[in-house]
Amino acid sequence: MMIKSSRPLMAALAVASLAFIGTPALASGGTEHPPAQKWSFSGPFGTFDRAQLQRGFKVYKEVCAACHGLEKLSFRNLYQPGGPGFTEGQVKTLAKEYKVKDGPNESGEMFERPGRPADRFPKPFANDEAAKAANNGAVPPDFSVIAKARTYERGFPMWLIDIVTQYQEQGVDYITGILTGYGAPPHGEKIEDGLHWNRYFPGNKIAMANPLVALFDDAGKAQDANFYTDGTPVTREQVAKDVAAFLMWAAEPKMEERKQTGAKVILWLIVLAGLLYFTKKRIWARLGDAH
Amino acid sequence: MSEHHSTYVPKTGIERWLDARLPIIRLTHDSAVSYPVPRNLNYWWTFGGILMFMLVAQIVTGVVLVMHYTPHVDFAFSSVEHIMRDVNYGWLMRYAHANGASMFFIAVYIHIFRGMYYGSYKAPREVLWILGVVIFLLMMATAFMGYVLPWGQMSFWGATVITNLFSAIPVIGDPIVTWLWGGYSVDNPTLNRFFSLHYLLPFMIFGVVILHVWALHHVGQNNPAGVEVKNYAKDTIPFTPFATVKDLFAMVCFMILFAWFVFYHPNFLGHADNYIHADPLKTPAHIVPEWYFLPFYGILRAIPDKLGGVVAMFASIAVLAFLPWLDTSKIKSGRYRPTFKIFFWIFVVVSVLLGYTGSQPTDKVVLSLGGRTVLDMVGFAQILTAMYFAYFFVVLPLLGLFEKPKAVPASIADAVLGESKK
Repeated sequence: MMIKSSRPLMAALAVASLAFIGTPALASGGTEHPPAQKWSFSGPFGTFDRAQLQRGFKVYKEVCAACHGLEKLSFRNLYQPGGPGFTEGQVKTLAKEYKVKDGPNESGEMFERPGRPADRFPKPFANDEAAKAANNGAVPPDFSVIAKARTYERGFPMWLIDIVTQYQEQGVDYITGILTGYGAPPHGEKIEDGLHWNRYFPGNKIAMANPLVALFDDAGKAQDANFYTDGTPVTREQVAKDVAAFLMWAAEPKMEERKQTGAKVILWLIVLAGLLYFTKKRIWARLGDAH
Repeated sequence: MSEHHSTYVPKTGIERWLDARLPIIRLTHDSAVSYPVPRNLNYWWTFGGILMFMLVAQIVTGVVLVMHYTPHVDFAFSSVEHIMRDVNYGWLMRYAHANGASMFFIAVYIHIFRGMYYGSYKAPREVLWILGVVIFLLMMATAFMGYVLPWGQMSFWGATVITNLFSAIPVIGDPIVTWLWGGYSVDNPTLNRFFSLHYLLPFMIFGVVILHVWALHHVGQNNPAGVEVKNYAKDTIPFTPFATVKDLFAMVCFMILFAWFVFYHPNFLGHADNYIHADPLKTPAHIVPEWYFLPFYGILRAIPDKLGGVVAMFASIAVLAFLPWLDTSKIKSGRYRPTFKIFFWIFVVVSVLLGYTGSQPTDKVVLSLGGRTVLDMVGFAQILTAMYFAYFFVVLPLLGLFEKPKAVPASIADAVLGESKK
């Protein structure tokens, strides 16, 4: 019936309805787009690599946590399904390493006690002012949802293709890029005191000093070759990817549940659509029209 | 189709008893079972049902979200994360609601363009059409306020930019903005009133939808041939089972698209900056509204004068309400209007491109010759804005006078027979 005459309408409307996605124009001037990495959690059946999340957590804890909080997360999240897969015992031991402020007690005093799995990760600074005082006037961003809060412009037609390929790892690609993008500024570029050159940072001048200097010497060799206990080679790229993957999980802890539910829902909908299609055909056959 | 009489026959004693007191089963039967629909409706006519589904889905997910959300500048962002992490299926409720808004707009834009192509706004459907424009306006207000609630950077700055538009009104502009904010900047009172209105407006939409459906059932549906029903037996079929099963099939197909985004690409239609807590001291590099507002945002920014921009933006929506009188053609369906067809598709492309200009920085170069900028984004948006309004004020009024339409079928039944012969 009308399907034939409506095809251009369909195509134009599909474009019209999906054409505008606000793209934050992060890339300015000479900023490069971070290269796309391979991630175990990409695509419709992606899952987190438990070992990678555990390694990433180690990097976070030993390198990032001094300045960047994880305030939306609780210790208990670390042993929940779909996460790094620590055991409850391991998490209890870990939580005890932290001092948590509690109270007031019966005498009205606030007191400190060892952490418990139900506690949130303590903030690295008492307040924003303290954070600013320690960091050249800037508050280091909290890391709870940072993997979803960072992106780079995909541009046309990539963002359209992304709908089909489900590419949505801009955040982790960006984080990996930032951690591996430090270097000397190109010839002729001046860099102010307290700023650092980074290939992938918008505008290239980033306030944060290369955080991985603690793990690698100038030649890029690991200070401690046994930083990872599972035999994974300790390289800049590996460390950057591991902590990025950990932050993706931190931002989207229900991702595995979501994608797995999605597969069932969509399969069910396709079957239902098929049944309805044939039901419709059968019912409309009564009319004898060309429908 | 006011001549259509009730065919409901109460079968049991209880039904007869109720029918004499509150004929609610009769009403349902007459409007959802025996209601006659033109037999030639195509799949573009299924979006009304899809929109009804989306409205209900938004209300249901929204009511659940409100059970866990905290409307306060210090807690709103955290409470959304609490929903995502600690509430059972909270991630599903939130992603369904956020993506549901986008799906709602995809469906409504298709619904509107369908009405424009097939002349569904023409007599006797002017009131039906205007009610639709009212629903569209309410939807925009609701979506705008909903986007503010997570209290991210785009929430805050979007609210600041849009509410500031009212300051363009001469003399009373600034007091109005202060009144809207409940203070001297977007702050907790603003968040609270937006939350209150975001909960109220969907029920107002629901009310206007009832009027919209009432008007539809009174005048009957338009159809791809654009000719009115002449003979009920030949031209129409009962809503159930024919339209019901077709609408259901289309709805489930639409739900597959919806599910694709909810489960596999939930943040695609959103903005990364909205995962950063609102910060009144830090303006994002580019403040961009949600995709469904971009064409109107493009028009707003096309006019260099603030008041002019605001007027043009509101006019671009308000003009829809006057469509029944701007289009002078007696022929409803675009199928039989060869010249109209061309202009309609140009209009669709212009609307899409306006959205593109709304998403880009205003000083971006669109066309340059020998290193000299010939056209920047604002200039491009100005051309498109002129074309947008020309469609309503020049093309449609004149086309009806000069266009030579093709032969219109004598009846819907003829249209169907003509189709099947091909």
